[in-house]
Amino acid sequence: MKVGIVGYGAYIPRYRIKAEEIAKQWGDDPEAIKNGLDLYEKSVPGMDEDTITISYMAAKYALQRAGIDPKEIGALYIGSESHPYAVKPSGTVVAEALGITPDVHVADFEFACKAGSEAMFVAYSHVKAGNMKYAMGIGADTSQGAPGDALEYSAAAGGAAFIFGTENIVAEVEYTYSFTTDTPDFWRREHEFYPQHAGRFTGEPAYFKHVLSCARELMKMAGATPQDFAYAVFHMPNGKFPVRAGSILGFKKEQLLTGLVVPWMGNTYSGSSPTGLTAILDEAKPGDRILMVSFGSGAGSDGFIFRVTDRILEVRDKAPKTWEQIKSDKRMYLDYGLYAKFRGKIILRPEL
Amino acid sequence: MLTPRVYTEIPQRYRLEANKCKACGKVFFPPRLVCTCGSQDFEPYRLPTRGKIVTYTVVRTPGFVFKLQKPIVLAIVELEDGTRIMAQVTDLPPVVEDYSEIIKIGAEVELVFRKIFSEQEAGIHVYGYKCRLI
Repeated sequence: MKVGIVGYGAYIPRYRIKAEEIAKQWGDDPEAIKNGLDLYEKSVPGMDEDTITISYMAAKYALQRAGIDPKEIGALYIGSESHPYAVKPSGTVVAEALGITPDVHVADFEFACKAGSEAMFVAYSHVKAGNMKYAMGIGADTSQGAPGDALEYSAAAGGAAFIFGTENIVAEVEYTYSFTTDTPDFWRREHEFYPQHAGRFTGEPAYFKHVLSCARELMKMAGATPQDFAYAVFHMPNGKFPVRAGSILGFKKEQLLTGLVVPWMGNTYSGSSPTGLTAILDEAKPGDRILMVSFGSGAGSDGFIFRVTDRILEVRDKAPKTWEQIKSDKRMYLDYGLYAKFRGKIILRPEL
Repeated sequence: MLTPRVYTEIPQRYRLEANKCKACGKVFFPPRLVCTCGSQDFEPYRLPTRGKIVTYTVVRTPGFVFKLQKPIVLAIVELEDGTRIMAQVTDLPPVVEDYSEIIKIGAEVELVFRKIFSEQEAGIHVYGYKCRLI
């Protein structure tokens, strides 16, 4: 029985801040950020946007493309590291708003930046096991980065949703694999506003070890080489890491560019590689193979190999495309003061 | 504590659930039990999510829970089926000198799902529809 994506959607807020604006605030060289990390601007959530509203919009677009009755969705999982509540699920609000409740299994996932692919993994597994007809996995974040931290150049907002099923598939899941170890590269303790990270330790023993190991094992399972894929997308903490990971594995930059959304959107944490996948699905041809490998600190990588079907041509225009949202003419640029207000980085008077 | 009221309004705030009189076809949002024609026979009806601005006002001294968002813009939106609702206009430029340059009467909008406000520091987040210019 074939199982795959039957509908997908991405949502990216309209507000932006440029790398130059953040660099000006902290005395950094903007050219070093742009050239060194390949980060030009990032999305910023509106003051009324959070992981719940972003998840809803991505899910709505996924439903538009799938063209199914929401009531047929048996599970809804949201992966994020910025759930609006510490206790109370994001998923219940989204499921209620989509009209899926009450016959649905809902859970919020956390695993740093790979919580979204985790949600996809479990949704896919439910359908494959025959537990339900359709299941939805969402990755979304309003990412946190401390003022003055290098993360501030990348921590962005957005998300992607995928509905898995067995009929009218637009991208079949051919193989999956997960690679996980206990690696303390990036974390946020309870009651802390911003994450901590172990500087350069986040590179080799964390990101590259997990992404490369996951990709290699997945290609081994499939008996495939990089030349067998039209596209690949890796988790995008910045613009350099995924390109370097691809290069080490033997991918050409052309295979990565469509899904490389981070230079103009930023790192949407749990939504990062899933959003890159939606950008690829917006362009891919029937028969194309796609390699996707996420990364979540702590640490682990989920890998998927997809094969695009003819149906992609029927559904892709039924919702806003990812690059159109990223490069939208509706973008609005914030200065640092407004950005700090939007992101709650200012200590307010108690009455506010 | 608004929580119980918010809970009872979920079908309208989240899913735009209205009802339609089976006798005369009139749509009510929020739903009514008795139509103006006297009928009590209704069917569920979900409002469309696109429409146009009929009129709007800029609130520069909004209530407590909206203070951080000020000024806020409230609009009467006529949806594609003719139903008129009031909704906050979101995703506006953060600094606007002349709203009439940004929001034209008749401008097309889509309804989006957003956080309306939060109940103080530790209360619930209240979600629902707003509109934004297409």
